[in-house]
Amino acid sequence: MLEALMKIFGKSEKPSGKIAKDRLRVVLIHDRASVSPELMERLKNDIIQVISHYMDVKTNGIEISLANDDDSVALVANIPVKSMRHGN
Amino acid sequence: MSVRIVITSGKGGVGKTTTTASIGVGLAQRGYKVVAMDIDTGLRNLDLLLGLENRIMYDLVDVTRDNDPIPYKKALVRHRKYETLFLLPTSQVQNKDAIKPDKVEKLCNEMDKEFDYILLDSPAGIEEGFKTAIKPAQRAIIVTTPEITAVRDADKVIGELGREGIDDIKLIVTRLRPKMIEEGDMFDMRDINDLLAIECIGQIPEDEAVIKATNRGEPVITMEDSMAGKAYKNVIGRLFGEQIPFYKPPKDSFFTRLKKLFGML
Repeated sequence: MLEALMKIFGKSEKPSGKIAKDRLRVVLIHDRASVSPELMERLKNDIIQVISHYMDVKTNGIEISLANDDDSVALVANIPVKSMRHGN
Repeated sequence: MSVRIVITSGKGGVGKTTTTASIGVGLAQRGYKVVAMDIDTGLRNLDLLLGLENRIMYDLVDVTRDNDPIPYKKALVRHRKYETLFLLPTSQVQNKDAIKPDKVEKLCNEMDKEFDYILLDSPAGIEEGFKTAIKPAQRAIIVTTPEITAVRDADKVIGELGREGIDDIKLIVTRLRPKMIEEGDMFDMRDINDLLAIECIGQIPEDEAVIKATNRGEPVITMEDSMAGKAYKNVIGRLFGEQIPFYKPPKDSFFTRLKKLFGML
């Protein structure tokens, strides 16, 4: 009923067209850069290796993705830090 | 000199051949001499869409083979009603490797003086047949539906065309459903433009007239009262740079939505 009411007022949950657009945006970035999931995984492992020299990171909380930044592509990494390593 | 346009899509079943047939007729209606070439060897259909399937004597394989090729003029099929429109059919029996890209390009060079337009109807995919179809082309028309899969494949094809040096690329979106777009369940033209960034010259609504036209072998552009027919007519105008606004279906009002909810519409 709520959904029906929302429909009358022209509102509803996220329409499927919007979901498709968000999904396609991500796919196209990868297609255009010809970046495979395997390559992203290797990149992620290398980044972890380098960063662990300097700080303690939560390896399972790391998210790495490509995103559209106006007309260029950005590599976005979200890396949770447990603690800094000192004295290195 | 002829203008050579490849009609391609990546994904199959989005309306490449329907579009080729209607553009061919539309250009002929304006008095241009047009040859529509079917490059989809093994799965030919342009003959059916133009209603010329019973008049084929020779095909693209006969014309481009190494040993004792047939002159292309013998393979051309003239349209009964639009007399400046010709079909160059492909083979239904041979496989796609029977035709080499170089041979088709050479053939286009031969036909160059005789025709104003050479339309190349590409097969789906980005394999050999696609490469054969794009090689002679100066311009490209990409056909897509507003579906996530078709738009993705269209993007891939745009990339391939760019690598081949074709930068005059226009877009035609088929099978649009205004009601789904209004409800947010289908890409609208702004979404597609955001994603592909290619100039759009056609927005063809989903229309039963397209199926009826195919049944009869008369391209839908000849059904002048149909929505799809009008939309293709506008495509021709935009090909010539005419400023034609896109049709916008009227939006449902609050009361229409209310009536729809209670099954009154």
